[in-house]
Amino acid sequence: MNKTLREAVRDALAEEMRRDPRVFLLGEDIGAYGGTLQATSGLWGEFGGDRVIDTPLSEVAITGAAIGAAMMGMRPVLEIMFSDFIPLALDQILNNAAKMCYSYDGEMSVPMVLRAPFGGGMRSGMHHCQNLEALFAHIPGIKVVMPTTPEDAKGLMLSSIRDPNPVIFLEHKMLYGIRGDIPEVEYTTPIGKAAIRKEGGDISIVACGAMVPKSLKAADELAKSGIDAEVVDLRSIRPLDKETIVQSVRKTNRLLIVHEACKTGGIGGEIAAIVAAEAIDALDAPIERVTAPDTPVPFSPTLEDYFIPQAWQITERAKNMFGKKYL
Amino acid sequence: MSLKREDLLKIYRMMLLSRTTEERMVEYHKHTPLTELPHSGIGQEAVAIGTVYDLRKEDLILPSLRTRGAFLAKGISSRTMMSGAFAKVTGAARGKNTSHHMGDIRAGVIAGTGVVAGHLPVGLGIALAAKLQKKDYIAVVYFGDGASNRGDVHESMNMAAVMKLGIVFVCENNGYAISTPASFHSSVPDLAIRAQGYGMPGVIVDGNDVLAVYEAAQTAYDRAREGEGPTFIECKTYRWRGHSERDPRDLRSADEIEAWKTKCPIKRLKDYLLQDKLADEKTLNEIQCEVTAEVDDAIAFAESSPYPPAEEALLHVYAEGGIKDE
Repeated sequence: MNKTLREAVRDALAEEMRRDPRVFLLGEDIGAYGGTLQATSGLWGEFGGDRVIDTPLSEVAITGAAIGAAMMGMRPVLEIMFSDFIPLALDQILNNAAKMCYSYDGEMSVPMVLRAPFGGGMRSGMHHCQNLEALFAHIPGIKVVMPTTPEDAKGLMLSSIRDPNPVIFLEHKMLYGIRGDIPEVEYTTPIGKAAIRKEGGDISIVACGAMVPKSLKAADELAKSGIDAEVVDLRSIRPLDKETIVQSVRKTNRLLIVHEACKTGGIGGEIAAIVAAEAIDALDAPIERVTAPDTPVPFSPTLEDYFIPQAWQITERAKNMFGKKYL
Repeated sequence: MSLKREDLLKIYRMMLLSRTTEERMVEYHKHTPLTELPHSGIGQEAVAIGTVYDLRKEDLILPSLRTRGAFLAKGISSRTMMSGAFAKVTGAARGKNTSHHMGDIRAGVIAGTGVVAGHLPVGLGIALAAKLQKKDYIAVVYFGDGASNRGDVHESMNMAAVMKLGIVFVCENNGYAISTPASFHSSVPDLAIRAQGYGMPGVIVDGNDVLAVYEAAQTAYDRAREGEGPTFIECKTYRWRGHSERDPRDLRSADEIEAWKTKCPIKRLKDYLLQDKLADEKTLNEIQCEVTAEVDDAIAFAESSPYPPAEEALLHVYAEGGIKDE
């Protein structure tokens, strides 16, 4: 079945709501309106206002409400309109959702999903376009996933809802419209497992979110220069799939990390530290990163396109890692 | 229900247990600092006990820093509570959590956080779950006058009212946010009038009169269970001690503190029991002896309990049954 990523998210929610009466949705404008970016359209019609709950503009209250309901045996899926607004509820996430299991020494958990669109490219300015995954991934007790294909969007959503822990599910706005085949049979995509999108032997390009399709494009360009790149899609930011990353680097001997988030404190630094500790002997070149600069996301197209890493930059940086012969 | 003699004696015992527990923690801390810095609610016992008494087992409470008695009255043992303050393996979450913020799902206590009023939104979720499950358990949340100015309270009161959730907001107005008097932090003397702005009843009660607190709570609980929505109960009370036992300088006047001590909620109930001949001195002394013995036992138990094994610090960050992290 060929679907968009947006449809895949919606299908996962609908299927799980049909299967499990504990699952319900809450968020701002997610009901009859279908969500600001239409990820929940049609669900209110099928499930009604008791299971697709429109809320006041109160990110703190609705996040806390999802936490409390999850503790009482429900399976809430909360939409925060844009990931840029998640920090409004960060105290709830950091001090309640993330710590509840530990607070009860494992006797309590918070099986909730917080989904939010994120990322740049829509000319929406600095308050609607950020990549904050590293901020959330820093919190013990939280899981963070970023699907990049329709198949994974559905499979990871099902895994996230069924996971007993709080999961932040990030949907890149520029990927909502991409199409892909979804298996007809029931399946889930495991949290914490990266995917190798293209196998290669010369360099590992480890990417997440909207940087995955761009890295694949870069890999095509690199092939023209005789460089066989492997592209690893992280899919989960926490837990990170260290094994797949390290194995890939051991095979290719080069690591280029690509993320759309700002450089400082980004997940790339963590990946670089892991590889430095576990596979430094395998490296034939210093670890490199292609990331956004350390600025807010600018508005004007010339500025935003400069801010967001582009495929040609990934290609150039990868070539540089082989010395002068490819330049 | 109307309270019978046995109920009143139980309430008296619970208030005394709360008082004695905290007095002993404070006293102990003076000579051998407890691992957990005491933040006592001495003087405010009527709020916790008046609201928790007669709650059902399946109801959930979300206590504040000053509602020590609520934990005990809801069913957490003195031994567990005291061990928590001593940071022992027999305390909250095997020493992972403080006793101030401990949770106990069997007793119906939701773990709080160090952020005052940060637990109110969680209370909404409990009440929302009850509504979705078509059950009539309720959530009771506690917070002080200082916390009442946080945005979490505004968001929670609005959402609770608009969704008619079975939650009761118990504001323990003890007149101070650490050192800041209520007149400095709030533009109205009665916080309960804010309830009107959210479309819910706002009730003011004498927070040192346990029976008045009890009555107000019962009315609010009935409303909550019947799907009529939340109530805001403002309990006017006073904290006898500083914000914590490390409070460097209590700026309040000694006269003010002494004046409030004459309005002691426990003495008030005691006088009522004696005057109405519901109990004699001997009975009340026996209760005090029982409570003292219980707290002695709790302290001995806490002292003799071991600290948790260090490596347990790594356990239970994530719930099992999901995909393992790291």
